[in-house]
Amino acid sequence: MNNLIIAPILLPMILGSILILFTQKIHIQRILAALTAIALLFVSFYLAYVVYLSPDQIITLELGSWPAPFGIVLVADMFASLMVILASLIGLVCLFFAFKTIIHERQKYYFYPFYFFLLTGVNGAFLTGDLFNLFVFFEVMLISSYVLIVFGGTAYQLRESFKYVVINIFSSILFIVAIAYIYGITGSLNLADIAVKVAVLEQQGVINVIAILLLIVFGLKGALFPLYFWLPKSYYGPPSAIAALFGGLLTKVGIYAIIRVFTLIFTHNPEFTHNVILIIAGLTMFFGVLGAVSQFNFKRILSYHIISQVGYMVMGLGIYTPLAVAGAIYYITHHIIVKSALFLFAGVTQKLTGTYELNEMGGVIKSYPWLGWLFFITALSLAGIPPLSGFFSKFALIIAGIQEEQYFIVFVSLLVGLLTLYSMMKIFNNVFWGEEQYLDEKTTVKNANWLLIPIVPLVLLTITLGLAAEPIFQYSLGIAEQILEPSNYINSVLNEY
Amino acid sequence: MEIMMIVYIGVLFTVGTYMILTNVILRIILGIILLSHGAHLLLLTMSGLGETSPPLLGENAISYADPLPQALILTAIVINFGVTAFLLVLGYRTYQEHQTDNLEELRGSSDE
Repeated sequence: MNNLIIAPILLPMILGSILILFTQKIHIQRILAALTAIALLFVSFYLAYVVYLSPDQIITLELGSWPAPFGIVLVADMFASLMVILASLIGLVCLFFAFKTIIHERQKYYFYPFYFFLLTGVNGAFLTGDLFNLFVFFEVMLISSYVLIVFGGTAYQLRESFKYVVINIFSSILFIVAIAYIYGITGSLNLADIAVKVAVLEQQGVINVIAILLLIVFGLKGALFPLYFWLPKSYYGPPSAIAALFGGLLTKVGIYAIIRVFTLIFTHNPEFTHNVILIIAGLTMFFGVLGAVSQFNFKRILSYHIISQVGYMVMGLGIYTPLAVAGAIYYITHHIIVKSALFLFAGVTQKLTGTYELNEMGGVIKSYPWLGWLFFITALSLAGIPPLSGFFSKFALIIAGIQEEQYFIVFVSLLVGLLTLYSMMKIFNNVFWGEEQYLDEKTTVKNANWLLIPIVPLVLLTITLGLAAEPIFQYSLGIAEQILEPSNYINSVLNEY
Repeated sequence: MEIMMIVYIGVLFTVGTYMILTNVILRIILGIILLSHGAHLLLLTMSGLGETSPPLLGENAISYADPLPQALILTAIVINFGVTAFLLVLGYRTYQEHQTDNLEELRGSSDE
């Protein structure tokens, strides 16, 4: 029992509620939001520290003191606490970017409250240990994302957001159906309890159907093949600060749920479920990167890259060895940091040039060298060039694939890495090099270097993650060994009578 | 009773799916509403409809209905109510902005 677990959920929720009162006073909102985001980062680090030092490296909190299978339980293991750290970090960075880039008048339309409600939903989804509670936190997150994705209300945003909302409501309905089936079969909603009962029932027939149904639900939220069609268009609409938050966090919540469910509950028939996941991972990587290669638009290329990299994370789960899962966790860490940074770079260049189209930009690096070279480092990290973080995470995945003799998926992932490098270089050549095209005179930004300040920590982090690969990878390996041994989780949750 | 409910849920899902596949904004929203009703009823039915007794466990209760699915449905209905209200407003604003409620015209090309 430890009340610290609920802090990452309560902090943003209380602040979001308070900020509703101050919608007209932007300065008060900003000060409160910045202080809370910093506090949230410290709290999440402290939570991870406590989890790391606790005996089983898992701490639980039974809400309302109802014992585990009957009440809702919050569980923080090492994986969940790492994800909460990443969510808080990206929340802080994108918040500071939003201060500078989102138009003042628009900030009065409940931007900050919904921003923090989104963080509430994300942190809650990471920390909960109950399937229906996961659904509720998903909905908290999604309702906030519906509001943020139409933020600004341009015709394009309204058109694409309508589809985004309908698709996500549909996936939530499927989630309710899956919950109904699970409750009908096991009579429980606690993840640990379901895991025990599925082990007794032997995983076949209906339980496999439920596993694939949950894979479809989380795959819709996490943009897996063939359910990714909504993502590129939807993420093109909102302002860059919001797009960076979404690109970094939202799809990863779906991936987190897939990893949690398929390492805890549906582990008894891996030759069926995990092979399906592996095939899907290969297709996701390949088609996502093909989309990126075909586009000529800064933000759309980045959106398609989200899809291809979600494939890498799921590939780690599909190979299903400790090394592969550790690679996937390392990759999630790297991807959240780098992808958010790239979306923020897209926002900065859009502020300078007034466009996202690659053909209409050029030679930005002459006027803004810092912007150009920082982008260059981040782009190389995304493509997986040593000594940056992207290389080591892919390296672990590929080594794991070769050890398991899954040569085809290794080939696909290397090919995708090559095409990723090509599309990132396409951006670099067209935007930063070449003939200097005229910069937008109407630009509202007097000095773009101020906009770079929120991004610099992310670039430093990707360099650090690469140079300190060994300790970080050991940490990931510890997480992987922990989540691949479901008995740890089950005993921690159920033995607190 | 369960068989009747299952058939009814199937009808709801069928009609909801048909409505979602039409190309008018309002019909799609109605289809979403029908689908969610189907899902909520399924949640109730899958856990067994139980006896005619209330979901209360007194001192000497002989039989009682399972209270948990009713709590789950209550939560799901409230969430769905809020989301549907938002979706109606979003659909209306989309119609205002584009002067059409036909999704064929709201398709959007890939090169804009």
